[in-house]
This record gives sequence, structure tokens and C-alpha cells, in this order.
Amino acid sequence: MQTSFYRNYMMKRTFSWLSAWALASGLLMFSCSFPDEDDDTDPIETGTIQLQFDNIVGDKDLQLDSTRYMNAAGEDFTVSKLNYYISNIKLIKLDGGVFTVPQDSSYFLIREANKESQKLTIRNVLTGDYTGIEFTVGVDSIRSVMEPDSPGRKGILDIYTGPTNEEAMYWDWNPGYIFLKLEGSSDSATTANGKYYYHIGFFGGRTERTINNLRTVKLTFPGQKAIVTTSVVSNVLIQADIQKIFNGPTQLSIKKSSALMFTDSTKYVADNYAGMFNVKEIKIK
Amino acid sequence: MKKVTGISGFLAALLALAVSCKKSSTDGPGPKPTDNTPTPLQWTKPSYFPDPVYDLSKNPLTVEGVELGKFLFYDGILSRTDNIGCGTCHQQQAAFTHHGHDLSHGVDDQIGTRNAPSVQNMAWNTSFFWDGGVHDMDMVPPVPIQNKVEMDERVGNVIEKLKKTPVAGAAKQVDYPKMFKAAFGSDSITADRMMKALSQFMMTMVSATSRYDYFLKGDASALTAQEKDGLSVFKQKCASCHTGELFTDQKFRNNGLVPNRINDQGRYTITLNADDRLKFKVPSLRNVGLTAPYMHDGRFTTLEQVLDHYANDKPGSKDSIYVSPTLDPMLNVAGQKRGISLTSAEKQSIIAFLKTLNDDDFIKDKRFSDPGVGTSF
Repeated sequence: MQTSFYRNYMMKRTFSWLSAWALASGLLMFSCSFPDEDDDTDPIETGTIQLQFDNIVGDKDLQLDSTRYMNAAGEDFTVSKLNYYISNIKLIKLDGGVFTVPQDSSYFLIREANKESQKLTIRNVLTGDYTGIEFTVGVDSIRSVMEPDSPGRKGILDIYTGPTNEEAMYWDWNPGYIFLKLEGSSDSATTANGKYYYHIGFFGGRTERTINNLRTVKLTFPGQKAIVTTSVVSNVLIQADIQKIFNGPTQLSIKKSSALMFTDSTKYVADNYAGMFNVKEIKIK
Repeated sequence: MKKVTGISGFLAALLALAVSCKKSSTDGPGPKPTDNTPTPLQWTKPSYFPDPVYDLSKNPLTVEGVELGKFLFYDGILSRTDNIGCGTCHQQQAAFTHHGHDLSHGVDDQIGTRNAPSVQNMAWNTSFFWDGGVHDMDMVPPVPIQNKVEMDERVGNVIEKLKKTPVAGAAKQVDYPKMFKAAFGSDSITADRMMKALSQFMMTMVSATSRYDYFLKGDASALTAQEKDGLSVFKQKCASCHTGELFTDQKFRNNGLVPNRINDQGRYTITLNADDRLKFKVPSLRNVGLTAPYMHDGRFTTLEQVLDHYANDKPGSKDSIYVSPTLDPMLNVAGQKRGISLTSAEKQSIIAFLKTLNDDDFIKDKRFSDPGVGTSF
């Protein structure tokens, strides 16, 4: 299970601050602030929802390296790496009401090579019947421009340690997260090593406006509701069809573009992958 | 939160309240002061420099922090191959550039695409690198560390390696946990602390003791007549871009270099704005006499070549100023020959003046020197 960055951060903090002084200051906060008794009589009930991401190619489960696929341009390709960020998750109710997942547990890095990363467990969800979901593919500009040492940039968003650093999901020379990284081999690739590289980033620019490849995805649950109660956990299976990265509103060719990273054309890739998600089914546990 | 019930709980809470509220009046948040509280280091700005851009209040300099930064700056442990430090390509005797290298030279003899810029007066930089992609000193070190042809390492892995020091039997016995503790009060080694320490060291690398500086401070004899002439020509013909006492306006400009095979688009690679094609950051000219070769790709080996490019006056040869939509307007004035008109005598005097910006104290200052962990090639 992938925990939220805030949770990770708090754990690290707890260990590093585990001193008598820290305990004393904890008591200070408690004892001097005189918390309102009403806090304890909060009637809001919450539960848990799971979002299971499954990367597929057409109608088959994606296999890293071993399987050769064919895109609509008639080019063969394998996938050696597929990572993308999912963030700013909102759950939508039948009546149009929206539950926004708190920012401190709304950032995830899906990695095809890491099964655990594909299962998002979101706690403290307001109970109710949900009929749709909205999320961002990528990391929004607010987090992108935060100081790297701020709490909001720890956990999964930590650019110096952990998955983001290990998977090089960050451009440090042009600071910003790589929202989606797709790499593999293709006989059509024009690179010396026969590989293709799609690294899609750009959040809109810090000091000057740049292109903005953040995309919001809105999905409706197919004829089924995701029920969240204090005891019932719904598991929403979201499929991402990698074929659609090549074959969406714009048909991409590995031969024409074996590397898409720092060009305007990356926006076509972002438009394509914004359409690769669909909700396959919901399991109620 | 669990409710505390009963008399004993109430008393305990009351006691905690009394103790903790009293404590709050004296202590701010932070680790308990211990014997190894780092020693604050006074940082002074040369009076005629502008205010620093770097926020020193978020990273107050300490003797121990700067010392740690110096070790990190020179130690090859920052690279995948453990033999390339920052100081490998930023060598003190060349004002922290890579002497004799037009393009940066990294792990496994790989060659990059740009010339290593000088590390000096970093406190005043509004942006870093030739394309200005990075805006904060603290975010500079990961760029060469994680560049495939420079140090090719992951910051996360550097942290793990630092934690394992000192390495038994290693030629250089550096105890980083101890140094982090001295610098930050605890031996926790984090990337944030590592970047802060490197910034602290680089903040101290101020070059403001050249002959020109003595002249500025009132010693009229610090410059020769020719150098003074050069200064006055420089002010007329060069200082619109190489502005102020740091000799840069910190802007991005296309100075008409003919694109080569690298086809480096400069600032454009950051902004993807067509108006930024072929634009590079205007470099400071402090220590310029020591930092050859010149330009973002090190294509010119002497200052004479640089001025010949701007003067665009080589008889019989092609126009040295490459015309493209983003060419700086100052090099392309209607009705005039492209470039900057300079006589041969003016060029010589400008070069004589530029060499007065060489700061011998800076390049010999032991405070900035390799503490014995560096690698040069």
C-alpha cells in the first residue's frame, strides 16, 4: 500500500524529533491551546476507498520488456518503464456533490514495476455513494514551486530521496516533476540505442509562462456506485490503456518522435494520455 | 484525542501545562541546544555590491556548515564513480571553472554540451546555469550530480553513501555524520542539509579583491592608464549587458554566435518560448582573464577572439554575427555594420581592463581550497 506523503513525512518527523523536548512541546500545544470540547463530538463519519490502477495495452495486461506491441502507426514497441503521478483526487456524488481528498493524502506515483504503487488507499473519505472521480495526471504548480525542503514536498514528492529520486521523475535543471515517463524499445526508434523516450512535464512555469501539460481526468463509474461507509470499502479498478498514449486525438509516431521531452509537442502526448483512463469495475468489500 | 480523566490525569496535565508553557517563553521550535551548537559566521557584502539575492536568513552561515559544504564541494563521493566532485570542473586556480576544457567533462570521460561556468559571487545570482533554469542556489547541486555525463549519481544514493562514512580503509577518512552533527546539531544526513551546506560554502566564495576593486575603493594607482582607458571604452560599449559591479544584467541574450552541431537552444529549452531561442545568460566578467575558454560552449579560447566576434571586423572573413529573429538588437542596429564597432587599440585596452578583474586573493584563498578530498583532471 502506498501511504500518503504527509503520513510518511509525519513518521519521519516523529522519529527524528523523538526527544524529551519534542514531547514537552507537544504537551505544550495540547495544554495551552485548550481544544474546544466540540471537536470530540464531531458527527462526520468517514471510511476508506481504494483506487486500483491497472496499466493495459489494448485488452491485455501490460508486460514490461517481454512483450512487443504494435501502435496504430504500425510501429512495434516494448515498454521498459511506465510511471505517472496521480494527484488532486476528487470523488463525485450522484447529486453532483464533491468530496475533495485532503491535499496531504492526494499525491501518488504509479509505477508499473511496483505493484504496491498501483493500489491507492484513501482514508478519511466522507461516507456516501460516489458515482465518479476526478484527478490530475501530474503534480500541480503549487507543489511544484514549493521550497524543496518544505513538508509539502516530502514523502512521494521528495525530489532527493525515495521513488521520485530513484525513478528520476524530476527535472532538476528546469525544476519540475515529470508527470509521465514512458520508455521502451522500437525498431522504428531513430535513437542510437533503439529506444524511445516520452518524458512529459511542464506545469506552466515558475518565473515565465511555459506550456502547461497538467491534465485533469474525469471518469464516471459505469452503472455502479462506489459505496463508502465506516465499514464498507469500495475498490475502484481504473485501467490505463497505454495504446492511447500513441493513439489518441493525435496519432504519434515513434519514428517521427523517438524522444519527446522538452518540446511543445509534448502537449499532444498529454492530451492523449488524458484519455487513456477508464473505470473497469467497482468491487465492494 | 484520548481524553484524560481522573484526578491524577488532571494533575499531570496541569503540571505539563505549567512546565511546557513556561518553556515556550524561552525556546522556539528546534532541537535542544547542545554542546555542538554551530558557530555563526559573519557574512559581509562588499559595500558597492547590490543586496544579495540569496536569503541568508533561511540558511544562516556557520563555521561548521561552511566547512561541511567545502568537503562536499570537493568530495568525489557525490558522483557515481566516486571520483568527480564539484571541484573537479570548478577549479580554484581558474576561478572555479574547468581550465582547458571547452565542454564539461564528467564520469567515464563523457563530454557534455556546455562550458563549466565560474562559481563565484553566487549570492547575487538571480538564476543559475547558462539557461537560467534554476532560480535557487539550494537547487543547483542536484543538476550536475544527476546529469548523466557529469556526475551521473542520484542524490538519494549520495545521502546513503555519506551516512556510511567514514569508510574503513579508505584513503580519505571523512566522517560525514560527525560533520553534519557539527553543522546542524544532529547527525541526521538529509539532502536538504547537504544542499544547505553546499550553499553556505558557495555563499562565502565572494570575489571582490581584484585590482579593479582597489581602484573602486579609491586607489587611483591600482589601474594603469591603458586599463583606465579600457574601463571607459568598456562602459560605453560593453556595460549595457555587462552591467554594474557584478558585470552582468543577469538577462538572457543572443549574442550572434553561429549555431554549431550541438544546436544548443539555450533559454528556449527552459521556456519553450520561440523568443528565447539561442539566448544564454549574460555571464559576470569578474575573473574573466582566468576563465578561458569562453561562451556557453567554450568556442573562443582567448579574449581577443571574443572581442573579434563582437567587433565583426575580420577582413575577408564572413559576418561573425549570426542573424536570427532573437539576435540582440544592440548587435543589429539599422544602418550600421552588425556587431560593436571597436578599434584595435580599444580592444587592447578593454582586454587590459578586463584582466584587472582577476582576483588573485580569491583564487589563492585557503578558505576555498580543496581540503584534501578532491580530484582534478
